Order: sequence, then C-alpha cells, then structure tokens
Amino acid sequence: MRVIVQESPFDYGIEAEAFADGRHDMGAIVTFAGIVRDIAGGLDVMEIEHYPGMTEKALEKIAAEAVERWSLGDALVIHRYGRMGAGEKIMMVATAARHRKDAFEAAEYLMDYLKSRAPFWKKEHTQSDAGWVAAKDEDEAALKRW
Amino acid sequence: MDVLYFAWVRERIGLPKEKIETSAATVNDLIAELRAREDRYEAAFADLSALRVALDQELSEFDSPLEGVREVAFFPPMTGG
Repeated sequence: MRVIVQESPFDYGIEAEAFADGRHDMGAIVTFAGIVRDIAGGLDVMEIEHYPGMTEKALEKIAAEAVERWSLGDALVIHRYGRMGAGEKIMMVATAARHRKDAFEAAEYLMDYLKSRAPFWKKEHTQSDAGWVAAKDEDEAALKRW
Repeated sequence: MDVLYFAWVRERIGLPKEKIETSAATVNDLIAELRAREDRYEAAFADLSALRVALDQELSEFDSPLEGVREVAFFPPMTGG
C-alpha cells in the first residue's frame, strides 16, 4: 500500500503500469484519475490546499480500510496539492484484487472517502474571481452506502 | 496549544496558525473564547454547521474535550478527489 501527497505532477501511465507490473496473484487492477475540470467563465487555476500531516494519516487510514475490507493485494493513492490548470491530473487511485468486483468497489470506496474525509480544499480561480468549492451533500451521502 | 485554520477559515481570520493559551474544556468553549476576541473570529465561527474540527489531526466533534490536545484545526467540509 502506498500513499503519496505531492505538489508536482505525476505520470498516470507510468504509475498505473508500475502498479500492475509483476502481479501473478491478482486478477484485477482498477485505476482512476481525477482531472481538473474547466468551469463556466474559464478556469485560470485550481488551487488545492491541504493539512500536511493529517492528510497523509487520513489517506493511509482510508487505504488501509479498503485493503482490509476487500482483501486487496495492493492499493495506491496519489493526491496533489498546489496550483494546477484545467486538464491536469489532480489525483489517482489504483486497487489490485483477485477479482474485478472487489477492485472496482474498493476504488469507489477510496474515492468516496477521500472526497470528504481527507483534508483537501479546492479553490477555483478565474480571470475575474476566485471561490472555494463547496462540499456537496451527495458526497457526504455517498459514504452511507459503505 | 496550536490552533490551525484552513481554506476560507484561514482567509477570514487572516492567519494560518497561532499559539493560544486557554483553559477551555471543550472545542465549543474554545470557539466561544475566540468569537469574543475580534470581529474576524466572530465572522469565521458564525455558522458552525459550515465548519469541521480536528484534534491532533483526527476529525472530532465540537463537544469533544480539549484535555491533552496539542493541535486544534478548524476548516470547512473537505473537497478532495
């Protein structure tokens, strides 16, 4: 299990390949990447603030729970902070399981939890304005299914 | 103890971190002390439903005790992913 919090970009292809490489016991790998989406008015910069220390702890706890619950062979979480432009990758998760159902479910669980339980905050900057992204009720509600 | 602020809470109060000497028994007591200080704290803590608190980097409740706690952080609901 690996949790990485970094400012610099990461290479999704290389990370996904490295994660999947050399596994003989796991029949399913699921990867997901979150991308900075453009917004009405044109996104200039997406700024992501985080809580150093707590971020790593929260992500490790979430990933460990996923590994335990779905008997994963491995799990990977990479999440960036700082400033990035539309189209850039913000984060990725990868899960390895014996069967695809567990790999998919575990990846969804990781995404649901790190959306509202890992201390990241997004701020969208346009040419004329800047505003913090509000948490959505449905993101909180999504946790109830687990 | 160290008190940390993130996102718009940090912006509203105007600083990311401060040391506070307090005998507040709970998070709610600490918030009451802060609100009484200055308008910018009053503005930041006006609506507690829009805030979350972490004690020593673990999400906690507003009625949680502060005994033994070294780091308190206030922030809005998280928006990762």
